[in-house]
Amino acid sequence: MSAQQNKISVLTNGIIKENPVLRLVLGTCPTLAVTTAAFNGLGMGVAATFVLVCSNMVISALRKIIPDKVRLPAYITVIATFVTIVQMLVKAYAQDLYSALGVFLPLIVVNCIILGRAEMFASKNNVLDSALDGLGMGIGFTFTLLLMSAIREILGAGSLFGVTIIPESIDRISIMTTPPGGFLTFGVLMALVIFVETKLGQKKKRAIGCEGCPSAGVCQSKGECK
Amino acid sequence: MAAKLAYIFFSMILVNNYVLVKFLGICPFLGVSKKLNSAFGMSCAVIFVMTLATAVTWPMQQLLNLFDIGYLQTIVFILIIAVLVQLVEVIMKKYMPPLHQALGVYLPLITTNCAVLGVTILNIDNGYTFVESIVCALGAGFGFMLAMVMFSGVRKRLEDAKPPKCFEGLPITLVSAAITSISFMGFGGIIENIFNIA
Repeated sequence: MSAQQNKISVLTNGIIKENPVLRLVLGTCPTLAVTTAAFNGLGMGVAATFVLVCSNMVISALRKIIPDKVRLPAYITVIATFVTIVQMLVKAYAQDLYSALGVFLPLIVVNCIILGRAEMFASKNNVLDSALDGLGMGIGFTFTLLLMSAIREILGAGSLFGVTIIPESIDRISIMTTPPGGFLTFGVLMALVIFVETKLGQKKKRAIGCEGCPSAGVCQSKGECK
Repeated sequence: MAAKLAYIFFSMILVNNYVLVKFLGICPFLGVSKKLNSAFGMSCAVIFVMTLATAVTWPMQQLLNLFDIGYLQTIVFILIIAVLVQLVEVIMKKYMPPLHQALGVYLPLITTNCAVLGVTILNIDNGYTFVESIVCALGAGFGFMLAMVMFSGVRKRLEDAKPPKCFEGLPITLVSAAITSISFMGFGGIIENIFNIA
């Protein structure tokens, strides 16, 4: 029973407790860039989840074979392979999404969430746990992207998934769908999460970098980027 | 020709600024911009690696196209960048110790910087020639530097500000990044008019 509970906690870990975007502050670039419309946010989230689960499984299966010294290039190669697969699938079956995500689809390769999970989790745990961890993190990422993009689409374009929900007579806050709106929504959303955390008395210290930064291994976590 | 190059260069800095408009390289932008010195050092390293990476990946793409394996772009580019950064670090350490001392610590951080991979892929997507690609990479790098240096000044002011408790730290940084980004929106259209390119 406890083993089963353990599996569930691995899965749910990424959704709230260690939400990659709002609590670990990883993968900020796609979070800000593709969340102009709810559909794009969802698509990006699903694509990244697929890569995350697959790469976590493969890296975990190979963890005893990959020499420690070349582990980062090896991880990157595995991740890049799955990203290429996703690129081809999206291009073949969802042309609209392909043009909406643009360069951010291949850039899943350098998404810190994926390399970070490979380094922090998949390289130390078995295949099943790694898959669950990837799935949980992916759901957490997708959920946050969906939330951000829903806020931005409703306020900026008055619609959700392309369906108009705010009457035309009300002016749109068009800045919400432009780049500054991304920074603003992200900042306010994070402040909100911190507010709730403080109320619940479990504030988490946020720092960009070493916790999830895949390069931390190279600079020995001296925080030289701070 | 010269006008087109100048147009690419300046529009990459002001209109299509990688950090503030295209959201590439946000991690270093938020992580390294606390001090002016490190912001400047990091940007120099980014300019250097971006230009070098473009100079290597552009011919590589032609090679991939030649064999009709363009779909390997993502894998090949990221591996080239990873190897290149390591190589540059080793060479710098051996032959240019002062430069290594200044830029060395930032180099490993750049391997997984999405701005570097982004510029190489976007150059191919836009169908730029070799020279245009190099100029575009340089522009992107200088745009990154402008954003970093400007924002480190903004953050210095932020340290003395007293935002509401839940906004302290990252949230207020992001909100001020939004305002900095708004200021860059003012440049839209200017560059086209200066160089008379529709």
